[in-house]
Amino acid sequence: MERLLKFIYEYRAFFTFLFLELTCIWLIVENNRFQSSTYFNSSNRMAANVLGFSQGVREYFSLRTINRDLAEENAILRTALEQRNQRIFADQVPEIKDPLMKNKFEFIDAKVFSNSTGFYKNYITVDKGKSDGIEPGMAAISSMGVVGKVKSVSDHFAVLISLLHTDEMVSCIVKQKDYFGTAQWDGSDMRFTSLRYIPRHANPSVGDTVLTSGYNSIFPTGVLVGVIHSANLSGEAPFWDIRVELAQDFSKLSFVELVKSNLKNERDSLERVTISEIR
Amino acid sequence: MIRSGLVHIVLFLVYVFVQAMLLKNLVLFNSAFCFLYVVFILSLPFEFSTTLTILVGFLLGFTIDIFYSSIGMHAFATVLMSYLRNHWLSVITPQGGYDTGNTPTIATNGIQWFLVYTIPLVFIHHFVLFFLEASGFDMFWFTMLKIMGSLLFTMIVIIFLQLLVPQRRKI
Repeated sequence: MERLLKFIYEYRAFFTFLFLELTCIWLIVENNRFQSSTYFNSSNRMAANVLGFSQGVREYFSLRTINRDLAEENAILRTALEQRNQRIFADQVPEIKDPLMKNKFEFIDAKVFSNSTGFYKNYITVDKGKSDGIEPGMAAISSMGVVGKVKSVSDHFAVLISLLHTDEMVSCIVKQKDYFGTAQWDGSDMRFTSLRYIPRHANPSVGDTVLTSGYNSIFPTGVLVGVIHSANLSGEAPFWDIRVELAQDFSKLSFVELVKSNLKNERDSLERVTISEIR
Repeated sequence: MIRSGLVHIVLFLVYVFVQAMLLKNLVLFNSAFCFLYVVFILSLPFEFSTTLTILVGFLLGFTIDIFYSSIGMHAFATVLMSYLRNHWLSVITPQGGYDTGNTPTIATNGIQWFLVYTIPLVFIHHFVLFFLEASGFDMFWFTMLKIMGSLLFTMIVIIFLQLLVPQRRKI
C-alpha cells in the first residue's frame, strides 16, 4: 500500500493529467447529447453578461442596418396582415374557435448576445430564458429565415444550436416541387447548407425555394430556409446533391424569435402512441 | 510570492476577458481564430511544477469553454499543452539552464528560442482543439487549413504583444 501511494505520488503530474483529460472527455460527451440543461455554458449569467456587453458595443456600429431590416420586416408583416384582413372580410372565413388551434405557435423575441460562424458546431446565446417561457427544443427563427433550436436554458438566458451546426437537422420541403428532404450543414461555408435525401426522380432546379416542412412539430410550416444554389446528380447516387443558399446571413444576426409550439406535446404523444401500436 | 500569485490571478482574468470580449469576435476569413489565452500557460515561471501547470491549464480552458459554449474542448487541449510544456522546456534547455524566477519570454531567452518553444505547443493545442471540435477527420484538409491559419494568427499576436509590452525580468 505504501509503495502504491509512493508510486502515485511520484507520478502525480501524470495522474492529474490523466484524471483531468478523462473529466474533459466526459464533459464533451455529456455536452454533445442534445437538449441537456447544462449549467456550464454561456447561458451562465455572468458569462452571458460579459458576452452581452461586447455584443452591445459591436451592435452600436451596425444600428443602421438593424434598423433598416426591422423596418423592412415591419412593412412586410403589415402588408401580409392587410391582405389577410381583406380576405377574411371578403370571404367570411369562419373564425377558429379552439384557442389552442388559434394560437398554435407563440413567438417570443430575443436579442442575440453571442454568435459564432467559424466552427463546425456553432452556438448562439440569447437574452431570454426559463423565466420567459423558453424551453429546450423550441425553434428559433428570424425575419429572414430559420436560425436554429434551443439547446439549454438558464433562468434568464438560453443557448441555441445554430443551423450552422453539423449535427443539426431540419426537415425541409422544396416549395415548387413538394419534395421533402433534410437540411444539414456540412461545416464549410456559412452561406450555404446542404439539402439531403431528395430522391433521384425529383427534379429540383436552381432558384427553387426551400421551406421548413413542419413535419417535426418544432418549426412552423413554411418558414424560409433558403434558395437552391446548385443541384447535381452523380452517377449511381440515390439522392441529389443540393446546395442551398441560406436566407439568413448568420454573420449579421441580432434579433431572433423563439417559437413556442402549443400543440407539440399533444402531437408528440399521439405519434408515440401510434408508433408503439405498430410495434 | 503572494505578490506574484496576485499578479497571475489578475493576468488570468485579463486573458479571459480579452479572449471572451475581443478575440471571440475577431475571426479572419471565417476560419482563422486567435486563441491568445494559451500564452498565459506558456509564460508561467520556469519553476512552476507540472501538476500546478496542469491544474491552472484546466481552470483556464474550462473558463474559456464557458464563453464558447464548447464545454470540455478548450480544457482538454489546454491541459494537454500544459502537461507537455514542462517536458518541452526541459528538452530545449539552453546552455547554462534557466534562471529561477524568470519567465519564458522573448526578452529573457531571445526570439529564436521563443519560437522553438511556442510554435510546437500552440500547434498541438490548436490541432487537438479543432479536431475535437470537428469530432473526427472527415474534413481533414479544411480543418488543417483552419489550424494553420489560427496558428499563424495566434503566433503573430503573441509576438506583437511580447514586443510591445515591456517585459519585466522578474516578477
